[in-house]
Amino acid sequence: MNTSETFSRWDLFTETFFNQRLIDEYSGAIAKGILITCEIAVLVVFTGIALGLLLAMLRSYRFLPINVFISCFVDILRSLPPLVLILLAYFGLPSIGFSMSGFLVLWLVLSLILAAFAEEIFWAGILSIRRGQWEAARSTGLGHTQTIVYVIIPQAIRMTVAPLTNRTIAITKNTALGTVIGVGEILNQASTAQSFSGNATPLMMGAIAYIVLFIPVVAIGRWIETRFAWRRI
Amino acid sequence: MDTPQPILEAQDLRKSFGTLEVLQGINFSLLPQEMVFLIGPSGSGKSTLLRCFNRLEEPTGGKIIFDGVDLMSPDVNINTMRQQIGMVFQQFNLYPHLSVTKNITLALRKVSKKDSSEADEIAREMLKRVGLEEKANAHPDELSGGQQQRVAIARAMALEPKVMLFDEPTSALDPELVGSVLQVMQKLRDSGMTMVVVSHEMRFARDAADRVAFMSEGQIVEEGEPGAIFENPQQKRTQDFVSEISR
Repeated sequence: MNTSETFSRWDLFTETFFNQRLIDEYSGAIAKGILITCEIAVLVVFTGIALGLLLAMLRSYRFLPINVFISCFVDILRSLPPLVLILLAYFGLPSIGFSMSGFLVLWLVLSLILAAFAEEIFWAGILSIRRGQWEAARSTGLGHTQTIVYVIIPQAIRMTVAPLTNRTIAITKNTALGTVIGVGEILNQASTAQSFSGNATPLMMGAIAYIVLFIPVVAIGRWIETRFAWRRI
Repeated sequence: MDTPQPILEAQDLRKSFGTLEVLQGINFSLLPQEMVFLIGPSGSGKSTLLRCFNRLEEPTGGKIIFDGVDLMSPDVNINTMRQQIGMVFQQFNLYPHLSVTKNITLALRKVSKKDSSEADEIAREMLKRVGLEEKANAHPDELSGGQQQRVAIARAMALEPKVMLFDEPTSALDPELVGSVLQVMQKLRDSGMTMVVVSHEMRFARDAADRVAFMSEGQIVEEGEPGAIFENPQQKRTQDFVSEISR
């Protein structure tokens, strides 16, 4: 193998994945994609976790019809691939009069999926709290809602942080699915640029954008886990 | 002299778990300022009876009358009633995520609707009474079992209940920590608190109780002054139990 051939292969590699001209040309588009991805991710995390917590709390009242509904909701959403739901909502709902933007569909679907997983995680956390905690609280006159809000959830949450962080990261990465319904998030911007330029550089830029975006999320998740870990009696 | 009205009464109280009837028609009454011990072999239903008194356990039949109110009536707000019936548990059940003070003030703030400075003041007073003022800001896991149980007693006392229920308050403690908890209970008794105690501390029962009720197989077999029950039991089952425990 001679040096010039090695050199040209290296050139080909940088030309394909790190083309400086395309980096300059498309960095604006990728930046816009990052912004949109961040917006959806933040919205999904808040609505998904809040809804999941609410459902788990509702479930603790052990009112049969509501619990049947919650179980069905959770099992269906956990078993469907997110892409199927996204396509179904985006292309199906307009036919029955619900026309939503791609952004809205992506937010809604990912939130519901995160809520389903979060509900199961919170519920497992609630069940892990010893019965004595409920009894102590109820014996002082706290109602069911007060007991769950002030006594059970604060303890349960510490046990849910690790699985919840993992699940949240997994779901927020699914914002990339928005590309199929025209949401201008990172992957959408990158693949559009790729098809215009015929070069993989924008996709590489997208990949790097995801890493830059999610490494801090993973790090924050780890920090929260250590911060919330506390000695059990 | 007027006969004092009972503060707490059980009338033909029944409780079944599935086909197992653990309380088989209990009649029991407690006078104000009385301290009554429920004793008996394990499985005799004494803890279940105690837990029926504030409906932590739902009776399947009969009545519980507390301070003239039928606790089983659908009109009763059980949360309001429970504030007047303090309970202390075998496993202490302090809230591990809250400081000692917050353990005591939670119900004061959320149920009695006291503002936090007033609630903190009450917590300080209660901690003083159980001798743990210096632990106000500690978390439960920094305390010994005996200290945790005294905080649990302070938490129940803070609501100024009319009756306090003790469910084996010293059974989960190392022997050397039992004394401090019994001391607090003795002080509480001296202050005139009405108490029902499920316990295996027979010496304490003999010294402190006004009355001892012996339970076996879901029934109160015999009750009377501690001297009578321990020295001169009338029923065969009581005699067997007393001779068993005094060995």
